[in-house]
Amino acid sequence: MIRSEYLLLVLGMGLVTYIPRWIPIFILSRRQLPRWFAEWLDLIPVAILSALVFPELVTGGSPRYFDLLRPQLIVAVPTFIFALKTRSLGGTVVAGMLLFWLAGKLM
Amino acid sequence: MIEPTGEHLASTFLCKEGIKAGWPICLGYFPIGLAFGVLAQKAGLHPVEIGLMSLLVFAGSSQFVAVSMLSGGASALSIVLTTFVINLRHLLMSSSLAVYLRSVNKSRTALFAYGVTDESFAVNLTRFRNSNWDWRQALVVNQTANVAWIVSSIVGAYSGQFIPAGALGIDYALIAMFLCLLVLQLRGRLYVLTAIVAGVLAVCLALVIPGNSYIVLASVLAAFIGVVCRRKDILNDQV
Repeated sequence: MIRSEYLLLVLGMGLVTYIPRWIPIFILSRRQLPRWFAEWLDLIPVAILSALVFPELVTGGSPRYFDLLRPQLIVAVPTFIFALKTRSLGGTVVAGMLLFWLAGKLM
Repeated sequence: MIEPTGEHLASTFLCKEGIKAGWPICLGYFPIGLAFGVLAQKAGLHPVEIGLMSLLVFAGSSQFVAVSMLSGGASALSIVLTTFVINLRHLLMSSSLAVYLRSVNKSRTALFAYGVTDESFAVNLTRFRNSNWDWRQALVVNQTANVAWIVSSIVGAYSGQFIPAGALGIDYALIAMFLCLLVLQLRGRLYVLTAIVAGVLAVCLALVIPGNSYIVLASVLAAFIGVVCRRKDILNDQV
């Protein structure tokens, strides 16, 4: 059912995925961070979230191309406003899905 | 019979709060897990093998890439190396979370580290910042998402082809979640500036380099630019 070479492959994949997840928690939770590094880390979450979401909105295809007319971007505007007004994660997910579904029906 | 103790009630509460925070992630994971299961099965993997990959790796995009490389006949070494590069971004996320895990012992953080993903990181960090979030609640978030991922990929392996693509806008669940988490992170002008810089950089980089290394590159650079801006402001204030 599980081939041994496949088992080795997923063990290797699991290990190289786990190590970057674990090392910073293991090292950084024990010592005081230098101030510039703490300031940098403080900005990392907002930077990552933005870097994760923006290309999803304005690029598509493989290789990727720039497209400002994607329904993902058009739906993002009301979804973003909804999130600003409500600050509710679950509500925003449901609203976003609904709007995207509607956009699919209309476009 | 075991009497319900204070401790027991407290852990039930922690569990409930964790699941409450984690359900939007599950909603987003389910369609992706299903799609992964279908693709992996078409690439010739057994449902048990598919579930095993989701259990051991637990990182969506790298699993999709691994499956497509497998069906293209790539070597195990090149798949492992690619997985490493794709998932290196978690290094930054764990670094941000580490600050909140100072009081937690090593074996527990070793367990916690397993469940750090883009989504659980974003949900937990927001909670750690804005409330009295306990590491056990954060662990429940991680593991709730983990269960959703493993179950959906196995369900996909067996039955995904019967579910219509794009049903009920489910493809948009993760984007909507990231948008809301982004809004919650915008705590001042510096954060807005960093977000704009990161977004623009990410889009530009995504257009010129294949793969998803643009996420790490853009966020490292944007946060660096943000720190420089913050430092400049401090200097101006002192003059």
